Amino acid sequence: MLAKRIIPCLDVKDGTTVKGVNFVNFRNAGDPVELGQKYSRDGADELVFLDITASHEGRKTFVDLVKRIAQNISIPFTVGGGINDVTDVDRLLSAGADKISINSAALRNPDLIDGIARNFGNQVCVTAIDARFDNGEWICYINGGRIPTSRRLIDWAYEAQERGAGEILFTSMDHDGVKTGFACEALAMLSDKLSIPIIASGGAGDYSHFYDVFTQGKADAALAASIFHFNEIPIDKLKDYLNNNGINVRL
Amino acid sequence: MSIAVIKYNAGNIFSVECALQRIGANAVITDNKDIIMQADKVIFPGVGEASSAMQYLRENGLDTLIKNLTQPVLGICIGQQLLCSHSEEGNADCIGIFDAQVKRFIGNNDTDKIPHMGWNTISVKPNQFIPQSLDGKYVYYVHSYYVPVNEHTIATTDYIHPFSAALHKDNFYATQFHPEKSGDIGETILKSFLEL
Repeated sequence: MLAKRIIPCLDVKDGTTVKGVNFVNFRNAGDPVELGQKYSRDGADELVFLDITASHEGRKTFVDLVKRIAQNISIPFTVGGGINDVTDVDRLLSAGADKISINSAALRNPDLIDGIARNFGNQVCVTAIDARFDNGEWICYINGGRIPTSRRLIDWAYEAQERGAGEILFTSMDHDGVKTGFACEALAMLSDKLSIPIIASGGAGDYSHFYDVFTQGKADAALAASIFHFNEIPIDKLKDYLNNNGINVRL
Repeated sequence: MSIAVIKYNAGNIFSVECALQRIGANAVITDNKDIIMQADKVIFPGVGEASSAMQYLRENGLDTLIKNLTQPVLGICIGQQLLCSHSEEGNADCIGIFDAQVKRFIGNNDTDKIPHMGWNTISVKPNQFIPQSLDGKYVYYVHSYYVPVNEHTIATTDYIHPFSAALHKDNFYATQFHPEKSGDIGETILKSFLEL
């Protein structure tokens, strides 16, 4: 039986892992390679490595850092940030990334999803969406949550799937960093509407939030950063908790 | 022991090199035909799209080369699929070691997500490659296409329906999952291949 995945996210700025509260006020949470090794040992199912400043400052993801992570961990990882064309994807996959995540670049140029799927297969392409609940609707944002678009979450997620995305990584900007639980209602809506896996992001603060996101939220995977980086919720204890509550996880 | 990892237009080749290094084995990543033919073990990995991968292999004469190898060969993920006769992905004629048609997953209902992505368990049949002790263990998958269970199947995984987790025929071995990304279990499987 396919296990629900627990995914620590390594948001990286200038080579160190950071985690913002609602995308501002960064706090340093350590070296990405050391964190990657630790999480692999602790039983993380996957890692996401996001160069969160890339789209804002137009920087490319640090390929050398990706290589060092690949050399030191034995679980899959996704790389995002600064990916603008198929050449970027090729370079990151060659550096050891298993999947790539695109966010602003896909909203600006949706054909990028088609191009990645055509060249490397659908499963390589994670489409990340940052959205906020504005005036009764989930609206997609670009540039690290700085600029709203005219796109609605559900419409864009569905279009991304149809264009060839292999997974949707949905971050609720309303829930991110607040630690009051995931956006289960929106996540369940996505999961019902789409046929590709949904990764939930934003809001994890307690063991029960993960139980909720896999049941009410119907998510296939749950992603979090600060609670893992600061060891507030150790991954092995989280998986024991989920297993004891009837959620299928890899122990 | 010399290990050649076949270099072609599919991703994750560096991941395989890293995994081999972690278990103390050094591999050469190459598309040099002499080096591949003379290697003790050959690994044919990849994350990719079947028709463009086959086109690249044909243009570089690697399809014929792979077919004629006599040492132990391990195909991983798209590598397993390309060792079959045909893939629905891009309607590609493949290398044809395993007489099997690669098919796309079709969900039975709204809860079946495609791709099949993440950790799932393997059921191991008696074979000389994957240790029986790994029966029921989790391995990592990322794929939308699968090889149906056939006469060469040595392990299965159940997702929507049982499919071929691993294959064996003569000197050709293959896994749909990624041993290089499957933690300790994957490293055991890679070591087992190197000991064949």
